[in-house]
Amino acid sequence: MTRTVLTVDDSRTMRDMLRMALAGAGFNVVEAVDGEHGLEVLSAHRPDVIITDINMPKLDGFGFIEAVRVDDDYRAIPILVLTTESDPSKKQRAREAGATGWIVKPFNPEKLVEAIRRVAA
Amino acid sequence: MDELEAIKVTFFQECEELLADLEGGLLAMQDGNDDGDTVNAVFRAVHSIKGGAGAFGLEPLVRFAHVFETLLDALRSNEIPGTPDLTALLLRASDVLADHVSAARGLGVVDMDVSAAMAAELKIATDPNAAPAPVAAAPVEAAPQYVDAAPIVIGADEGLDDDDLGFDFQPMTITLDAQAADAAVLDGNVWTVSIRPKSDLYRKANETALLLRELSRLGPIQATLDDSALPTLEFIDPEAAYVTWSVRVETDQGEDAIREVFEFVDGDCELEITRGEAPVAEVLANLLDVTAPASAPAAIEAPVEPPVLAAAPVTELAAPAPAPAPAPVAANAPTAAPAAPAAKPAQIDVPGPGQSVIRVDPERIDRLIDLVGELVINQAMLAQRVGEYGIAPSSNLAMGLDELEQLTREIQDSVMAIRAQPVKSVFQRMPRLVREVANMTGKQARLVMDGENTEVDKTVIERLADPITHMLRNAIDHGLESPEERKAAGKNPEGVVRLAALHRSGRIVIEVQDDGKGINRERVHSIAVKKGLISPDLTLTDEEIDNLIFLPGFSTADKISDVSGRGVGMDVVKRSVQALGGRISITSRPGLGSTFTLSLPLTLAVLDGMVVDVAGETLVIPLACIVESLRPKAEEIRPLGPSGHVLAVRDSFVPLIDVGLTLNYRDRSPAATEGVVLLVEGEDGSRAALVADAIHGQRQVVIKSLEQNYQQVEGVAAATILGDGRVALILDVDAVINLRRRGPPPPSDPTLIAAE
Repeated sequence: MTRTVLTVDDSRTMRDMLRMALAGAGFNVVEAVDGEHGLEVLSAHRPDVIITDINMPKLDGFGFIEAVRVDDDYRAIPILVLTTESDPSKKQRAREAGATGWIVKPFNPEKLVEAIRRVAA
Repeated sequence: MDELEAIKVTFFQECEELLADLEGGLLAMQDGNDDGDTVNAVFRAVHSIKGGAGAFGLEPLVRFAHVFETLLDALRSNEIPGTPDLTALLLRASDVLADHVSAARGLGVVDMDVSAAMAAELKIATDPNAAPAPVAAAPVEAAPQYVDAAPIVIGADEGLDDDDLGFDFQPMTITLDAQAADAAVLDGNVWTVSIRPKSDLYRKANETALLLRELSRLGPIQATLDDSALPTLEFIDPEAAYVTWSVRVETDQGEDAIREVFEFVDGDCELEITRGEAPVAEVLANLLDVTAPASAPAAIEAPVEPPVLAAAPVTELAAPAPAPAPAPVAANAPTAAPAAPAAKPAQIDVPGPGQSVIRVDPERIDRLIDLVGELVINQAMLAQRVGEYGIAPSSNLAMGLDELEQLTREIQDSVMAIRAQPVKSVFQRMPRLVREVANMTGKQARLVMDGENTEVDKTVIERLADPITHMLRNAIDHGLESPEERKAAGKNPEGVVRLAALHRSGRIVIEVQDDGKGINRERVHSIAVKKGLISPDLTLTDEEIDNLIFLPGFSTADKISDVSGRGVGMDVVKRSVQALGGRISITSRPGLGSTFTLSLPLTLAVLDGMVVDVAGETLVIPLACIVESLRPKAEEIRPLGPSGHVLAVRDSFVPLIDVGLTLNYRDRSPAATEGVVLLVEGEDGSRAALVADAIHGQRQVVIKSLEQNYQQVEGVAAATILGDGRVALILDVDAVINLRRRGPPPPSDPTLIAAE
């Protein structure tokens, strides 16, 4: 069964990069441009894994993760956080919000797919 | 790698947008119009540029963006206060960032000294106490994001795989008991991993079963479950974690590889990794426990919650193989099973970013526009043929043709609208130009922009940047006074330059207005006389004097300044604008400032024109220039000078110009009363009466460049193909008026043959 991955990032470039890597690995990709949009797409597509950026307008990554985790329907979905920061405090905040794992940007496609495999049932 | 290249193109497009957002946000901060989100948006812009640049390995860009971003991060978290000086620094930094983006794109180079100096300034602004970082410090910032795996605090790790795993996890102290150390000596490939998950692990949607699956990829595993802490069913908290796993892993990949499996659950479980077999007694105890009760509760609890369900896949995982991911069905069930009531049905329809916009290769649109142009020509030819057969205008055929014409026009308008773009893309480059020019000339200037969303055809957009650049440079360099002079004149030391775009009667008008000193007419006049551009005894109106600055070879600057005097005078600007069918003029009020007005057709593809006959040739006169057409009476025509004539139109006299004579179609004018007179108005407002032999009517024509296909001809703006297939020249009305003013053209002018 093809797995669906939701990518949430306000940068078109990053969404395209993720799409290229994920589609190439056989995933079905749905996209959202910020956390608010992410929650909408979530209800429409019910992804198997979510990849989200942290810095986004409207609803940032932390808020998005928290919103997903308080919803009984979605809280078991693994969420990977994209982060450019080597700043451990951001990663820690994301984990506290309920992030399952993280991907350090710039990522290479193998690492990305590997990270998804690790968290996806 | 085509796909990657395409993403790179997207990245640079996005960079343009982000740089515009960045500048817009910073300008808003400068004007004090920032809400709390502005600084966040500004931060995000730089952050996104850095992120994309990192993906493409654009190191210098990443490095600079990182320093910039660090400062913005400090600003947005209120670690440093926002001040006008800081905003000014950020604006200059945004310029350097833009240079880096251009350089990364292969357009131009970055002055690394400037960049390094700016980076140093940014660092000082971020942390004033830090010693000014030497330039060489920059590369350190760029160190790969992948931090080397922290050294593991362990006694017996000499033989371990030391590969950089590319993840930055925290060191963890491992206690090794003597027994384990002994075992390691016996069998270096066997590890015992003890995992005691906390409930947080499940809260973050991590999953013990998946951890076991990952371990099984390293080599054969045997997992045993210690569920001694598991309460009886009635006391179970479904959200809590009760079990401990002990896993025997046989792998030659070393401890780092094992530890990496647990990277994401670091801190969310108690983890012990020991080399060698677990003490036999312990294993036995576990095995005994497992055999009976462990599987039973697991089965019972299946519909409850994932945490406890982690026990379910135990039997499958025990299989010593890099097993294909065993699907923990039970664990999946709670997620997938409840057919989610569509919580917000209305929002499902919200279009994703890819759905609302279609990206089309511009070449396809250009091709479409060309084809529609041909369609217009074809439709005109058809109409003309039908007309030649003398078919009554009320006939079905003629009416059908009318409808066709209507439709063709609508198609053309719609297609042109596809290619229309707001002038914003050009305008947004200008704040930087103004800053730079102001810095260079020691002036203080603030740019105010208006009508950035005015749309105009792409062909025109591309040609706007140069003239606007020149007009702005001129306005700051020659228009605005120095801050001291302004203060002395009772003005705000900061000058205001206004750049506006608007639509006016089917053209786009660009205005550049400054509140400077205005044109010094006496000086302009004397320079023009001195340079022999005009004769000293010529009396000129104020407006005419102002427009002398467009004369070739005119420059009022005492010394050639860095800014305006780049070898391009306003005359060159004027000529290039005219070549596009545009006009440029200036008005000035002493002490109050000057206004440049540039007008261009909305498109360079089509034109509404009046088709006329002159000396057997067919010409098109742009409709935008024509005020009215009339048949003059003999008494309205008065001679002026040896060969000139003027026409009395109501209460004023306008020069009478025979187009045929001006363009050298004929040697002598026929009596104006024989022909038709078209009253035209030039861009500067001057009027003239053009004499033609006959009028054929009004028509939309597709413009074909004469320059590209032949050469530039004075008095002619372009050419077109008429309904009957013949080529007709499109008259450059201003040029014709000016030709006449300057007297008859020299005899060497080539004779124009329209059918060339």
